[in-house]
This record gives sequence, structure tokens and C-alpha cells, in this order.
Amino acid sequence: MELIFKKLAQLSASLVFFILAATALVLYLSARPAIEEFGLGFLFESRWGVEETRAQPVLSPNQVVDEMPVIDEQADALLDDDFIDDEDDFVGDDDDESSGDTRIVYGALVPIVGTLFSTLIAMFFSIPIAMGIAVFLSEIAPKLLAKPVGVAIELLASIPSIIYGMWGLFYFGPFIAGIFGGNTVSLLVAGLVLGIMVIPFMAALSRDAISTVPDMLKESAYAMGATKLEVIKDVVFPYAKSGIIGSIILSFGRALGETMAVAFVIGGVYQFVGKVTDPTNSIPVVLANSFAESSGLSLSVLFYLALILFAMSFIVIAVAKFFFLRRK
Amino acid sequence: MRLILNRLFLIFSSAAALVGLFFLAWILFTLCSKGLAGLSLSVFTNDLIDGGLRNVIVGQLMMSGIATFIGIPVGILAGIYLQEYGGNTKTTEFMRDLSDVMMSAPSIVIGTFVYAIVVVPTGHTSGWAGVLALFILMVPIIVRTTDDMLKLVPTELREAGIAIGASKYHVTMNIVVRYAKAGILTGILLAFARVVGETAPLLYTSGSSQFWTTDLGDTFPSLTVSIYNLATMPDNEMVQLGWTGAFLLTAMVLMINLLGRYASNKKRR
Repeated sequence: MELIFKKLAQLSASLVFFILAATALVLYLSARPAIEEFGLGFLFESRWGVEETRAQPVLSPNQVVDEMPVIDEQADALLDDDFIDDEDDFVGDDDDESSGDTRIVYGALVPIVGTLFSTLIAMFFSIPIAMGIAVFLSEIAPKLLAKPVGVAIELLASIPSIIYGMWGLFYFGPFIAGIFGGNTVSLLVAGLVLGIMVIPFMAALSRDAISTVPDMLKESAYAMGATKLEVIKDVVFPYAKSGIIGSIILSFGRALGETMAVAFVIGGVYQFVGKVTDPTNSIPVVLANSFAESSGLSLSVLFYLALILFAMSFIVIAVAKFFFLRRK
Repeated sequence: MRLILNRLFLIFSSAAALVGLFFLAWILFTLCSKGLAGLSLSVFTNDLIDGGLRNVIVGQLMMSGIATFIGIPVGILAGIYLQEYGGNTKTTEFMRDLSDVMMSAPSIVIGTFVYAIVVVPTGHTSGWAGVLALFILMVPIIVRTTDDMLKLVPTELREAGIAIGASKYHVTMNIVVRYAKAGILTGILLAFARVVGETAPLLYTSGSSQFWTTDLGDTFPSLTVSIYNLATMPDNEMVQLGWTGAFLLTAMVLMINLLGRYASNKKRR
């Protein structure tokens, strides 16, 4: 009994490790056709689902970064296609999966940039507000107010992300478009909705970090005549620094991988933004929108994207864990 | 000058808190006003195909429930292993970190993983695939709370148990876990609440169905996926139903959360 129990427990614990390893492995294997096809250049390629002739050298990212209208691209490809067909026939012979000497090019640059930018906007927006809430709850508000507001914040952190997305689509998007102009779905709206979503999460974690500051330290500072600002700036923040930074990084990780809150409001268009009020795309949204109708190489490309997202969030969280949130 | 700065700072931070709370209140307000408007008995008695939400609510609860049911023993056992058997070794620490990384992994990635290992081989979406995705999301959360809760159990209790000749298994199950029961229960409820509201991992694992079914081998109705589909439809009635679903979902999640809080508060007193 004793032994069985121990083995069972051990097995369960290794299961977590096993799942993590299996996820990475399965994603890699499923993505392999795409990885072989596009290599690491995938990360810097801005076109998506565009036909291209084999003989044509892949454009360097610098050349493509300037928003190239998709239609022109396709027209170019068609023209080149005819031209090459006239001249010789063996150009595309090594290509076994696409017809003739063209292939469809997929690139991850647009969703990667969209993911990073929307997350950064979210962070710029949410950090000051979440810090304000955390400080307010732990240092400013009277006990009578701090408790219920604190509980409310924690409850709000548990609201499913799809709710934030829906609210963003129907209310917040038009509201923002009314102020800044542009579309009701855009990078800006996506970033702000993400920001609002992580505020309660970040505020709750930061408040916990701030509440670990010993009262003795604060009282000593007050006794020396320090104002509240000085106590918070010179005593509380330095003491709780690693916990606060950790909470920011965890929120960053959450915003990075968030699907539903963004899917409603980012627009799902493969294009770089000229202005922040333009629609664009992010990795989770591409995955959510295109998975069902993909197969073969295009499916493999999606797995490649998922692998990139997995790696990105893995790195973010690992950094948070290993540098800032060491549990004792 | 110092006093003015101090004043400004206090005003700023209170204002930031107000702004944050304003947005959150706005969300709750729209949710209630839009959601309650469409709430009626027929929502609970009809399936999605007839303009109700019965099948998707039951489907969502079934999938999350089964995932929880399988996730509880696995998660708790893993937590027990980390705290009681693992000791303070590097390996244990590493496993703990991995579990935390797993907990924060993007849920859509879990969805793609399950898609690759279940949906691709079987050729169609199914309730079991949804259950598996939710299970993977859930286990690390339970591991973490169990681990944390067991850490709070005083070592003296364990020593006392060993001293009267009880085996490690008995000490663990009858003393340590019993002591930490309320905390673990709260953890499970919070994990359940988190999983119930998940959409991304279900999008292409369970899919969503408009019809009543309890056959997990088939494409399975899901409340969250249905909300997503309904909200993006052009038809106003559909959107309204989506809001009602969103309201019910939030109410459910918040209630489970409150229940979890209540469970842990009762213990403390």
C-alpha cells in the first residue's frame, strides 16, 4: 500500500513533466513540414498564403516590410509564372506538393509583431493602473474599503476572457474609435482590452507582494518624518520589487497567449499597421480562426506558429520564475 | 514641496484605482443589462437550435466536470509527491517550476496539442478531446494549490504521526491531507471556475454542437464556444443569446469563486 501510493504519487508528478515535453514534441513534429519548407526565415516573412514562384529569390524582410498590397504580389507571381513557363520547365521539378513551379508562402512576421505590440500596449496601459490599485489597496484605502474592493478585484480576475472580448467588440471598440478615429477593431483596441483584462490579475499579485513588506520597516520610515510617497517609493517598492516585477512578467505572459479577448477586437487581417488604429493579427487569433479549415502544409504552418507562441511564453514565464519569483 | 508631491501621488494612485474599477464596473454593468434582458425560462429548456442554451450549458459543465473529476486525484497526488516525498532536491524544485510554467502556458497552445494527438488521428472533434484539453489546463493549478497548502501543515503533526508508529501513507492521508482539506477544496473550486470559462482550448477540440448530446465521442456542445459563435453572427437575436450566455457564464464562475472563498474562510475561523 505504502509503496503503491508513493509510486502513484510519483507517476502523477511526472505526468506534468511528461505532458509538457509531449506538447513541445508533438508541436514540433506537426510543424516539421512547415519548418523544413520555410526554415527560420518564417519568422521574418511578412506574407501569408501568397503564391510565389520557386525561381524567384525569397525577398529579404527589409524589402517586404513596407506594406505590399496582396493583390500586386499575386499579380507579380502570376506574371513571373508565365514567364518562366515559357523559358524552361524544370524549375519547379523538385517541388512535389504544389502544382507547377509556384508555392504558397506563409510568414509569421505579421502575427508576431501584432502579438508583441498588442501586449506592449496592454502593459503600458495596465502597469500604472494596476500599481495604483495595488498601492491604493495596501497603503491608502481605509481597512473598511480595502477588504471588499480587494475581494472584488480578485473576483474580476476570474472573469473569463471571452467576456472581455465581447465587451470590447460591442462597447469598448466603438468608444475608442469615437475618440481616436479609425476602426472599431484595431491593434489599439486589442491592446487596451488586453490591458483591462490583466489589470485585476496584476493588481492582485502586486498587492500580495506589497503586503509582505514588514510594518516595522514602514513605521520606522514614518517615524523619521517620511511622507507616504517617500515610504512607498523608498521602502515599499524596493522591498517588494522582485514580487512586483514578477507579477508584471506573469501578466505579460498571460496577455501574450490570450486568445479570446483579442480574437473579437484585433480584426484578423494579415497586414502591418500603419497607425495603431488599423486592424492586424496576433498568433493566438490566427490559430483560433484558421485551424478548422486548414490541412496539409497550411495546418503545419499553424503548428509552427503555435510552437513559436509556446516558446515565447515559455521564455517569459521561465524568466519570471527563475529570476524574480523564486519560491523558498 | 514634499507634501505637495505626496498629495499629487495619493491623488494619482487613487485616480488610477478609480479608472481601473470604472472599466471593470462598465463591463459588469453591460453584462448584467444585456444578459438579463434575454434571460427567460426558455433559455434553460431549449437547445441551441431552438434558441435556448440548455445543451451548451450542460455540455460545458459535463466537460469541465469530467476534467475536474480526473484532474483531482492526479493533481493532488502530484502535489503530495512534491511536498511529502520529493524532499528538497533539485529535481523536485525543477518539477515545481515546470508545473508553474505549464500553468501559465497559453491555453490555445494546449488546444493545438490536443488537436494534434486526438482530433487528427480520430478525424473529428469530440467531447473527449475537450475534456483532455481542460484536464491538461487544470492539473498544474491543482498541483500548485495542493503543494502550497501542504506546505502550511506544521512539521510537528507529521512527526507526531510517525512517532506513534503510523506509516508515511497513513500520516499523509489521515493527518496532512486532512489538515489541509479546506485549502485544497478551495484550490479545486478555483481551478474548476477557471476551466469552466475557457474557450480557446475547446475551439477545435470539442467544437460546439447545436443539438442535445451526452455522447462524449461526438462533437460536443460548449457554452463558451457557442458564445463566441453567437456574438460574431450578424443576427441580433443570436447576439442577444450570446450575451445571455455570457451573463450566465460569468454568474457561474463568480459563484463558484465565492463558494471557494467561503470554504477557506470557514476553516480559518
